[in-house]
Amino acid sequence: MDSSTLLPLIGIPIVVAGFALRFNPLLVVTVAGLSTGLAVGMDFGMLLETFGEKFINSRTLATFLLILPIIGLLEHYGLKERAQAWIASIASATSARILMLYFFVRQATASLGLIYLGGQAQTVRPLLAPMAEGAAVNAYGEDLPQHIRDKIKAHAAACDNIAVFFGEDIFIAFGAVLLMDAFLKENGIATIEPLHLGLWAIPTALSALVIHMFRLTRLDASVRRDVDAWKASQSTTQQVNA
Amino acid sequence: MSTLISIDRIYYLIGVIVMMLVVMTLRDKGNPKRYTTALFWFLFGAVFLFGDLLVAQLGKSMAYRIIGATVILISLIAGTGLLSMGSYATSSQAERVAASERHGNWLFFPAVLIPVVTVLCTVLLKGVSVGGMYLLDQKQLTLAALCVACISALIAGWVLTRGTPLQAVRQSRRLLDAIGWAAILPLMLAMLGGVFVAAKTGNSVQQVVTLFVNPDNRFLVVAIYGIGMALFTMIMGNAFAAFPVMSAGIALPFLILGQHADPAPLMSIGMLSGYCGTLMTPMAANYNIVPAALLELKNKYQVIKVQIPTGITLLIVNIFLMYFLAFR
Repeated sequence: MDSSTLLPLIGIPIVVAGFALRFNPLLVVTVAGLSTGLAVGMDFGMLLETFGEKFINSRTLATFLLILPIIGLLEHYGLKERAQAWIASIASATSARILMLYFFVRQATASLGLIYLGGQAQTVRPLLAPMAEGAAVNAYGEDLPQHIRDKIKAHAAACDNIAVFFGEDIFIAFGAVLLMDAFLKENGIATIEPLHLGLWAIPTALSALVIHMFRLTRLDASVRRDVDAWKASQSTTQQVNA
Repeated sequence: MSTLISIDRIYYLIGVIVMMLVVMTLRDKGNPKRYTTALFWFLFGAVFLFGDLLVAQLGKSMAYRIIGATVILISLIAGTGLLSMGSYATSSQAERVAASERHGNWLFFPAVLIPVVTVLCTVLLKGVSVGGMYLLDQKQLTLAALCVACISALIAGWVLTRGTPLQAVRQSRRLLDAIGWAAILPLMLAMLGGVFVAAKTGNSVQQVVTLFVNPDNRFLVVAIYGIGMALFTMIMGNAFAAFPVMSAGIALPFLILGQHADPAPLMSIGMLSGYCGTLMTPMAANYNIVPAALLELKNKYQVIKVQIPTGITLLIVNIFLMYFLAFR
């Protein structure tokens, strides 16, 4: 194995080390891109051109910015507070149950192709996270510490990701299925229907459902343990102060 | 045929919103680094406002070079710590509770409009044209639908709360500053992916990986394929980038041709093994880092932390599923 095989890989250790050492990710990615390009002998002008072309062609990735004004406006007028008050009025609602219901609905609708029925900016930030957090506040009081609130909110974000990832490819030939289909045809395997590729995602989709639901059934108890630990540490500090 | 809500116009709208935020940031005396923060967002907004114009005026090559240089400048501003949060005229907790009681559950209405209108427009306005003009961009249907949904939700929100359009933008500045550099990371990663493609990084990965493959051990090859998909996805931030490399390097020669594996379950679950990697990497910024910023989590990696147990368990399950389903 000579250096011409290894040089194109130089970006990978840079990315890994950069993230591990907590450098700013934008800087890490730029340095990794520059080093990879220069290592394989691209001239600087061409490299800049590749940078610019890919950046401008990926602008669709920033369209979630469009959602921010309406979310900002509604939050200014108490959307979050409303979500929490509404959840408080439902006696049986707990953080985990809310997340489980959302997970199930999100995965089921995503499997039917309704990917944009939810999302981190659309539903998690304005609705799901405040509701899951609200249920915990309802159970343990307004002084619930930030680290426990963060844990619940992170679970809300994770719910949305996992439900969509392992739902989206099943019944509608989505991007991934089309990519696989193209790959197989390119390599001379033309007997596979795109629909079959989708249906073979079902075992993994069900496994994801079972695994994540199992974790969520334990979330309420885990939050309770965190609250107990926090209260215990609170009372020790108070004793020390006294 | 022309288009009413085309992707170019959506880019202009985003550019205009970002530029309004730039002006507000410049006037924000509570931000210790307001000039550099404003410059950061100005450069970003400029790509949306003037990017297409540059390409039209200067040709692709020159325009791309200018944008490439802009991108490096953006990353230098972020990388040297010149971004900062400002001060924001937010309502007090008591004001918000009072407002939320006044509006009741109607406050949910505009928020729920976003997904519902997006889906309805995607389904109902596909291929629909009026007077020879498509209503929505047919190539970017969902994004155009999302744009319609956001505008409808904004109108509903204004009617309901009697807040002004400017107020909506002002409120979004706090959110955008909280997201900060993470808003740009997905675009930068797409750029890195482009460089990797140009440098043929995939071929090198393939050659290195095949060094570790013993083609006779069927289970081991399946496991290397699954883990390789997850790891390479973690590096690239995207399973789509890992799929052709790992499938052409491992699955096709050693499993499909070598061991007569059924390609459909192997490819399908192989791709989903890549998705397990997506759950565990900061490189998938729009799924893992942007949400942490949106939710104002103290630890930017907390969403990943929560996802890792599911990601690893599901990856193991996937490897067994591939082994048993591809060799029935």
